[in-house]
Amino acid sequence: MGIVRHRLFWPVAALALLIVVNTINTPTFLRIRVRDGHLYGALIDILRNSSPLLLVAVGMTLVIATRGIDLSVGAVVAIAGAVALTYIGSAPDPSSVGTVITGIGIALVLSLVLGTWNGFLVSVIGIQPIIATLVLMTAGRGIAMLITGGMITTITSPPYKVIGSGYWAALPVSVIVAGTIFLVVALLTRRTALGMLIESVGINPEASRLAGVRSRSIIWTVYAMSALFAGIAGLMISSGVMAADANNAGMLIELDAILAVVIGGTSLAGGKFSLAGTMVGAIVLETLDLTVTILGIPPAVTPLFKAIVVIAVVVMQSPIVRNRLAARRRGEPGDPRGVHGVQPAEPSSAEVTV
Amino acid sequence: MTSPQPVVQMTGISIEFPGVKALQGVDFRLLPGEVHALIGENGAGKSTLIKALTGVYGIDSGTILVGGEERVFAGPARAQQAGISTVYQEVNLCENLSVGENIMLGHEPRRFGGIDWRTLRHRAATYLDRLGLDIDPASSLSAHSLAVQQLVAICRAMVVDARVLILDEPTSSLDADEVARLFRVIRGLRDDGVAILFVSHFIDQIYEISDRMTILRNGVLVGEYLTRDLPRLELVSKMIGKSLAVLEQLEEAPKRSAVHDEGATPALQAVGLGRRGSVQPIDLDLYAGEVVGLAGLLGSGRTEIARLLYGADRPDAGQTVVAGTPTRLRNPRTAMDHGIAFSSEHRKAEGLVGDLTVRENIMLGLQAERGWARRIPRRRADEVVERYIELLGIRPADPEALVRNLSGGNQQKVLLARWLATAPKVLILDEPTRGIDVGAKAEIQRLIAELAKDGMAVVFISAELEEVLRLSHRIAVMRDRAKVADLVNGDDVGLDDVVGLIASGRAS
Repeated sequence: MGIVRHRLFWPVAALALLIVVNTINTPTFLRIRVRDGHLYGALIDILRNSSPLLLVAVGMTLVIATRGIDLSVGAVVAIAGAVALTYIGSAPDPSSVGTVITGIGIALVLSLVLGTWNGFLVSVIGIQPIIATLVLMTAGRGIAMLITGGMITTITSPPYKVIGSGYWAALPVSVIVAGTIFLVVALLTRRTALGMLIESVGINPEASRLAGVRSRSIIWTVYAMSALFAGIAGLMISSGVMAADANNAGMLIELDAILAVVIGGTSLAGGKFSLAGTMVGAIVLETLDLTVTILGIPPAVTPLFKAIVVIAVVVMQSPIVRNRLAARRRGEPGDPRGVHGVQPAEPSSAEVTV
Repeated sequence: MTSPQPVVQMTGISIEFPGVKALQGVDFRLLPGEVHALIGENGAGKSTLIKALTGVYGIDSGTILVGGEERVFAGPARAQQAGISTVYQEVNLCENLSVGENIMLGHEPRRFGGIDWRTLRHRAATYLDRLGLDIDPASSLSAHSLAVQQLVAICRAMVVDARVLILDEPTSSLDADEVARLFRVIRGLRDDGVAILFVSHFIDQIYEISDRMTILRNGVLVGEYLTRDLPRLELVSKMIGKSLAVLEQLEEAPKRSAVHDEGATPALQAVGLGRRGSVQPIDLDLYAGEVVGLAGLLGSGRTEIARLLYGADRPDAGQTVVAGTPTRLRNPRTAMDHGIAFSSEHRKAEGLVGDLTVRENIMLGLQAERGWARRIPRRRADEVVERYIELLGIRPADPEALVRNLSGGNQQKVLLARWLATAPKVLILDEPTRGIDVGAKAEIQRLIAELAKDGMAVVFISAELEEVLRLSHRIAVMRDRAKVADLVNGDDVGLDDVVGLIASGRAS
């Protein structure tokens, strides 16, 4: 029974369920083949496709833990891709490794600058995070359009392609990059005191300030990190298609990232956060996308399907439902209304898809 | 005198939380038309008993009779429907609404599908009038002092025709006049036949207002007494379960003589330090080894000057001098770097981080000082935390317990531990003993005296003047946002002198 109480039980259960459904539908779903020394298969696809989302969601987790939110990540994804591709495309030799590294460097520095701007608005000026990042969310796409000159920039550059489609030691490079950054952030927050101070600022900003915590620089740091990770995700996404689309790259990725964080059990009210939960959340969302494709569900109803699964997971995780279920297991006559309350109500799922 | 039938009769109430027997077979009764004080140290089970009665917690065994009928309430709302209203320590009202709206919230008179505002104000005025309160129902709640808000909360509780009114530490943030006003209202309600359950840590107030008292200790009933039959010292010894001799030892006053040498450099000095609208420019010298008491009423500027000394607020006049060097304390962090520590009077809002553990809360100050990159090694953290849990007697002695689950006194000790761990030179304590029980209070007082003896400069702020007098070497008296006197606390200084200064601004 203890395992059901675990914070990550329901997200992991949802993931397992999706995998089972897919395996029943496509018996080869779980198969991983080796071809040319590279791993192939649906599971590998899921990992690779979820890499950009995971990166963005990791940054989002830290921001949300400080009671904030970062709506600008989608725009940063677009800007990073646009800058890198525009630089590489206009360079004399787009295929040179040096050019690609410089392009990547410029894109990441710019992302960091954008994150610093967000952090400045939130921590120094004191603008509410949702408004502060909304500025860049809307303006950012315009910046990306300016950079690409309003066109979809495409390039041919084998070294750049590696980020999104390359392999290293049998694994997709994007999975390795996302996994490494995930590990580094996990170590950074839990092996140093950063995690505790972030939580402390998120739970009680005033008490933290009076305890001598430099909350301003901590908040500033998380927004910078969030944008930096979004920038890396932007490189991956643009490298995957070898094109920078200022209008559509990273569209709505901020909402998926917030969803991944919530599915992972981190409260939007700030405070305690779980990076492992966020990873599960990101993978669940990506598996869901793949499932919809595999099951042949019409694209028009995809958001509805997604909403139902998300609501189910979030409802099962909510303290009220967990307590009711725990009471039922102990054999106590729980409130009979509670059982029906668990079902995701149709109106609310419709709301989410709007 | 034959007792009337109790309006509430609880028998053999037991409640167990994981690992804790919160209540064990407790009996409790409440008679109409009396003020019944529920007394016990922090963690004795007072709140648990109240929550059992109002349906916040389910009971594991026992019976609850309300008006002679067995009842189990599914929640406070049901209890309220049955005429049991509770006013909590923290005022639970909407500051942005008017007084009238707050009183009638949830009971608004309707007309044509909308709210009938005229009738609402009229009814609210009737309720206010019933309690003898002269407050305009149309005025905004936030325009009133905390004391008036408390009275409005009581007024709101009476809207449902409560037969039982539970007041959980209603006086903890009020000054003497406000308490007197509150007590007038309570007596009026009592005379109307309302049964009032009164929880307070202030012994004097309990004796002033209550007719009967029930004492709890460690979740067990100690007994029910008529207030007039139980002398104060006996009450205290029953509460904390220690003999009178031990108590007197705890109460023993520390030696208080001005200890700083002539010509010594103050550890921290305020020179004309002030902030418009908050506190007028003030001079204050703090010397190593001395406790300086700040005496004054709520709002007299005692908290405000403490915040200026710590850099929590920015002064707009004067300067601070740290160990002889003029130093601008721009923010708490700078103050901390200069060895100044400040424990706020608002434990929950400005002190502790509720969802973090005891260990994390204690280590927060030290860790903030070192910066995030250099985490304090777990072994050293454990050593520090264990030492302070032991030294201050923090209960439960579990470093992994969430701080918000601790009782008020233990939370205060955790906060104190955080600051002691940073080894400050100047320690500013704003109401460190508020809302905590007698035993913990005595321990904290003794600790403060010891810290000063070991060379710390301590600023001690308390609404209880006896406490200030007992502990301080010097006393700065605050009145109307200005310092009116700076006394060396010798044998010639008594409570009357300080009260006189606070009341009139002149020595009596």
